[in-house]
Amino acid sequence: MSALPHMGAQPAAAADAPVLAIDGLDIRLPAGADRALAVQGASLQLRAGQTLCVVGESGSGKSMIANAIMGLLPGPQVAPVAGRILFQGQDLLQLDEAGLRQLRGSRIGMVFQEPMTALNPVMRIGEQIGEVFDAHLRLPAAEKRQRILAALADVGLPDPALLIDSHPFRLSGGQRQRVMIACAMALEPALLICDEPTTALDVTTQAQILALIRGLQHRRGMAVLFITHDFGVVSEIADQVVVMQTGCIVEAGDVQQVLRAPRNAYTRQLIAAIPQGRARQPVGDAGAPLVLQVQDLCKTHVTGRGLFSRGRRVEAAKDVSFDLRQGQTLGLVGESGSGKSSVGRCLVGLSPFESGRILFKGRSLLSGGPLMRQSGGKIQMVFQDPNASLNPRQKVGAAIAAGPIAQGVPVHEAQARCRELLALVGLGAEAADRWPHEFSGGQRQRICIARALAMQPELLVADEPVSALDVSVQAQVLKLFAEVRQRFQLAMVFITHDLRVAGEMCDHIAVMQRGRVVEHGPAAEVLTNPRHAYTQALINAVPRLAA
Amino acid sequence: MSKAFWRRFCRNKGAVLGLLVLAVALVLVAVGPLLAPNDPWDMVQQPFLAPLQEAGFPMGTDTMGRDIFSGVVRGARISLLIAVVSTAVSLLIGVGIGAVAGYFGGWVDATLMRFTELFQAVPSFALAIVLVAIFQPSVGAIVAAIAIVSWPPVARLVRGEFLSLRQRDFVAAAQLAGLSTPRIILTQVLPNAASPIVVMASLMVATAILLESSLSFLGLGDPNQMSWGYMVGSARTVLRQAWWMAVFPGLAIVLTVLALNLVGEGLNDGLNARADGRSR
Repeated sequence: MSALPHMGAQPAAAADAPVLAIDGLDIRLPAGADRALAVQGASLQLRAGQTLCVVGESGSGKSMIANAIMGLLPGPQVAPVAGRILFQGQDLLQLDEAGLRQLRGSRIGMVFQEPMTALNPVMRIGEQIGEVFDAHLRLPAAEKRQRILAALADVGLPDPALLIDSHPFRLSGGQRQRVMIACAMALEPALLICDEPTTALDVTTQAQILALIRGLQHRRGMAVLFITHDFGVVSEIADQVVVMQTGCIVEAGDVQQVLRAPRNAYTRQLIAAIPQGRARQPVGDAGAPLVLQVQDLCKTHVTGRGLFSRGRRVEAAKDVSFDLRQGQTLGLVGESGSGKSSVGRCLVGLSPFESGRILFKGRSLLSGGPLMRQSGGKIQMVFQDPNASLNPRQKVGAAIAAGPIAQGVPVHEAQARCRELLALVGLGAEAADRWPHEFSGGQRQRICIARALAMQPELLVADEPVSALDVSVQAQVLKLFAEVRQRFQLAMVFITHDLRVAGEMCDHIAVMQRGRVVEHGPAAEVLTNPRHAYTQALINAVPRLAA
Repeated sequence: MSKAFWRRFCRNKGAVLGLLVLAVALVLVAVGPLLAPNDPWDMVQQPFLAPLQEAGFPMGTDTMGRDIFSGVVRGARISLLIAVVSTAVSLLIGVGIGAVAGYFGGWVDATLMRFTELFQAVPSFALAIVLVAIFQPSVGAIVAAIAIVSWPPVARLVRGEFLSLRQRDFVAAAQLAGLSTPRIILTQVLPNAASPIVVMASLMVATAILLESSLSFLGLGDPNQMSWGYMVGSARTVLRQAWWMAVFPGLAIVLTVLALNLVGEGLNDGLNARADGRSR
């Protein structure tokens, strides 16, 4: 305990020794889990000034390693059972809670995935960073405030003197993540652990945060352990890469070598699954019937309206217009808050719009609930979160057949159609008798597609259908979308924040910013020759494989 | 009720014990008249007979020579009947109002919740006393009074559940598929809100037993029905001479209420599928 190295008092001999060395780490899972060990025989080394990316799909055990280093594994059921975690030569697994506490925050910093929930909403920003100092140092109030201001300025936040006394709700997701990084970096740790710090952020914000982490690392010379599922991010930030599959390290090495010449089949598969953003050639002749015409659609969200207050008005859509023909796909692209999802929900009738017209097969539709009745289920939607879009208490078959039955299709016919569609989406008819929780995220998204298809729709609105999925699953689901579009001659509105996905899926792309369509054109043209500054910024922010 | 449910339920030892106690109580209700053939209102022995003093009177007799064991057995029937029926009625009211308020939101929600608060603003026991006094004490009136004072928490719980479930995408998908609103409420949302409602119902049965006992203790029970609360109430004046008069019905109340609470906790574990494999 008392032998802990204090800040800045590193033995000179340890300079080229690894900051972090994990040796044969096993982490067990509770009985009844899908495998016995969450992490099996993991070994890795990380030197000062280097970034090591741990890459893998969800469930591969990559976050378990980060939590094991910090001593944050949940209780006796999930615990390290073998191996060593050497941090500056000290085995963290042998340390007790008090010993770990001295290291956390001061020698090892951690940044989490979800910036919206990682900050305490009722504490001022300054107080939250101040806690780090309080836990490890004793500083006079004035000096503490100075150091907090310095920490905020260090992560590139504008106007630290104002921010220090603000509450988290005033900050955007990217700014909150900067505050989290400021917390983690406050005491200049030797090791920074980042657990998917940019996954919840927009692509432009992601680029800024990655640049920030890289810049801080160069200045401070710390080691960064970066956990991600995105090979694009890896190529932007990593020096070393470790690829994990179901708890085992399947490939490790220098970033250039792993990206250029992956030795392992799984790594090759992961890299191949990354959408390349190759623009699709527009299909469907111009003479195909118009399915959807949107004219000057306007939608305003009013928040915080009470009995005596007018509330805050946000324009989610302002004069949005586009046409869509049978068999064609339009991509709505933009950052979160750009209004792309609001437009999608207006199109299917889940939320009303104020003005403008939506014409479905030449017929003008009313706004909101009546739109749903008028369209008779021919406009369907696939949602973002496959966990929330299936009723956990309803069997898959019943969920798919419920729609056609409500539209008057005889029960046995609806069930036959349901089995047929389940086979079509690659799940097999026997999936009908199972519960949603028995399926993985990608399989659930397939079920959702089958459910939408059961209504024999003519227009499919897909709201970020692959952004919650792993990259290899994402590729399969996108392929399925392309297949059903071809087979049923569907018109599709594909909402996404990912330009690479939009390029592969869409014939036309409309880029939205703050409720307005700022650029609209054929996919190839928008991607290769963007005219609007915002589109250019979006395209430049997309992480690219260096290879 | 699946295998997994029972596995999780049985992991909670207290809940299994509670279930056993409840089973014993139900057996008493069913075969009670065979075990205790005496009418609980009849004078069958000398008064103030201590427990086990005389064969056939394991719990002794009261001030008028009535058999306490018969009273406890017969009281189980009326206490449980009132508790279960009043819980069912208040569930009907509470789930109905809560579901409508939570699903539709807006002014419907505001109106219904203000109406609910009207009931919550009055202390529930005081309201129950007033209601029973107005209606004249009878089983029906007591059931109605308990139901009327105990539905507001159910309504609030169900409303909360519905407000959050309403936002889920599967509800939107059901709307897009053209399902009617009552159908969405009954088949999509309600099954997902079932577990907290079931757990709450088990605790409500317990509070209903206590409410009924308290009313009877104050002399507001049905005068034609022997109940645990009435027995404790009538023992009040002679507590120091004849402790057994209050202790046995009191024990019956404590055991049943405790058992119901334990079962409620077990149901919570059992119905919470996400707890599987974690913690405990």
